[in-house]
Amino acid sequence: MQQDGKKRIWSDYQKEIADDHFFYVRSCIRQSFFPGSEQFFLHFMRDILGKDVYENPSHTTCTGIGYHGDVVPLATIMTVVARHFALMKESGYKNIAISCVTSFGIYTEIIETWKHFPEELEKTREYLYKATGREFDVPENMAHTSDIIYKFRNEIAEKAKYKLINKETGEPLNVVEHIGCHYSKMFPKYGVGGAEFPNVLGGMIDSWGGKVIDYPERRHCCGFGFRQYLVQANRGYSLSNTVKKFESMKPFKPDFVLTNCPGCNMFMDKWQYTMKEMEGTVYGENGESIPILTYEELAGLVLGINPWDLGLQFHMVQSEPLLKKIGIEYDPDNKFKTKDGRQMPVPQNLINA
Amino acid sequence: MQNYHEMLMQDIRFEEGLNACMNCGVCTAICPAAEFYDYDPRKIVDLVQSGDNAEIEKLLKSETIWYCGECMSCKTRCPRGNTPALVVMALRTLSQKLGFFTESEKGRQQFAIKRTVGENIFKYGYCVASYAVSPEMHAEQGPIWKYILDNSTDVFERMGGHIDELGAGPLRKIPEDAKTELKKIFEVTGGMDFYNDIERHSKKKAAEMGLQFSDKGIDNEYFIEVFTANKKDHHNK
Repeated sequence: MQQDGKKRIWSDYQKEIADDHFFYVRSCIRQSFFPGSEQFFLHFMRDILGKDVYENPSHTTCTGIGYHGDVVPLATIMTVVARHFALMKESGYKNIAISCVTSFGIYTEIIETWKHFPEELEKTREYLYKATGREFDVPENMAHTSDIIYKFRNEIAEKAKYKLINKETGEPLNVVEHIGCHYSKMFPKYGVGGAEFPNVLGGMIDSWGGKVIDYPERRHCCGFGFRQYLVQANRGYSLSNTVKKFESMKPFKPDFVLTNCPGCNMFMDKWQYTMKEMEGTVYGENGESIPILTYEELAGLVLGINPWDLGLQFHMVQSEPLLKKIGIEYDPDNKFKTKDGRQMPVPQNLINA
Repeated sequence: MQNYHEMLMQDIRFEEGLNACMNCGVCTAICPAAEFYDYDPRKIVDLVQSGDNAEIEKLLKSETIWYCGECMSCKTRCPRGNTPALVVMALRTLSQKLGFFTESEKGRQQFAIKRTVGENIFKYGYCVASYAVSPEMHAEQGPIWKYILDNSTDVFERMGGHIDELGAGPLRKIPEDAKTELKKIFEVTGGMDFYNDIERHSKKKAAEMGLQFSDKGIDNEYFIEVFTANKKDHHNK
């Protein structure tokens, strides 16, 4: 009986994640800054698991950064998202896989708004029809792409070439996980583990042999703050919040940071460069900065994918110290080669290089 | 004077974001903006629930409503189920509709956001795309960013796509008919009128400030002023 009670209590923190047939929507930031991550996700789903994942070239931005930058009205973003749902319906899909935490938050906010204010749903249907002649259904299942990697984390562990273990010491790697505010702080029921026990990244780290670090500012915002980064005059806000997180995690000696949201990934990577330039500060050990990885990049590394096909070379903080710790084999000469093997120029002044 | 509280009530985010605040201050305790700026979301919520019209007008013209980063951490923690950030979003929308946003340094920045992210949506079909993030305006992106932009075709080809070309893949060219639909959605839902309001009020403010303004682009004195101006008295003392 006690077990039943426990299961009932924890059921609030579980999330149903579809198994197959996904309508895939890219992220403005992930595809601009970490296109290798999206490439890996599609490769993993289609070629390794044999799943059906469809991408419609007519899908556009959700306008989420404009909405949270307060230039795009709510009625407008609701109708843009409704158009995405219409493309999904027309393509014959009911499960949506979203590559961006800002978009994911937008989708959850809009679907919840339609539940609380059914007249808004009707108004959106009218707007969309008037603007485009399209009609839509609300998705049956909505997953962030990290939810899907989380769902298949044990399959990845079974196929893993590497574990998140320090090759020299045999100890699990210390990993900071950063969920991203809009994943589940707004509508906890849409996230794995809700807002209080988010386990979408922690579950991956555990399954792949690493150790999750708990530190005081674990749930603090990365500092994006939309307008607080978009406008140059405000960027002190963004940088200061990132510094607060790094100061808080530093004593726990993280080997790397794993992120859920493409924006957080970009800021935690790039602000480390800025902090080093401005004040000479580094937050890793041995005078190095801390590599920041997306969950797709980490899954790819664990599976033995070439780090340079995942795009790790296009971060500001380079990941070789981490690759060496795990014992991942890599070819330094392949790092800046084109798809067909031509040598590209080698960028200078990267961090940890 | 118009009844601002009534106008706010027409925004469902205001209705959803504010039930009855008991002034506990948990939102302020968790707020990243409150730590950085001279900012207290508890006071904002308390002020708007008082319904004091003159005070709400001051708020709509103030720097204060522009300090929030919309991380929404306050939503998780409010014991009464309020969302101060949603209240702030409703205030920001109203401030722009009424033209009050140009009264504050931080408010005037809405013009810069409209001319960058806002127009990227129509131009490219993306809020953000690599080619719209110039190294000159984003020094924090570091040398790797200029490298990626200088070698875009090769970088994106290795990462599975053909940048700025039609078809599926990362940073594909968004088809013209999709961009036309986006524009039409903005027209039908009031998004275009909202953009026009930001433009109209900003143009008027530029004239008042004696700054050169142009109807397109970011190469004008008013854009540079609002994008970079920081009188540096926004912070916690």
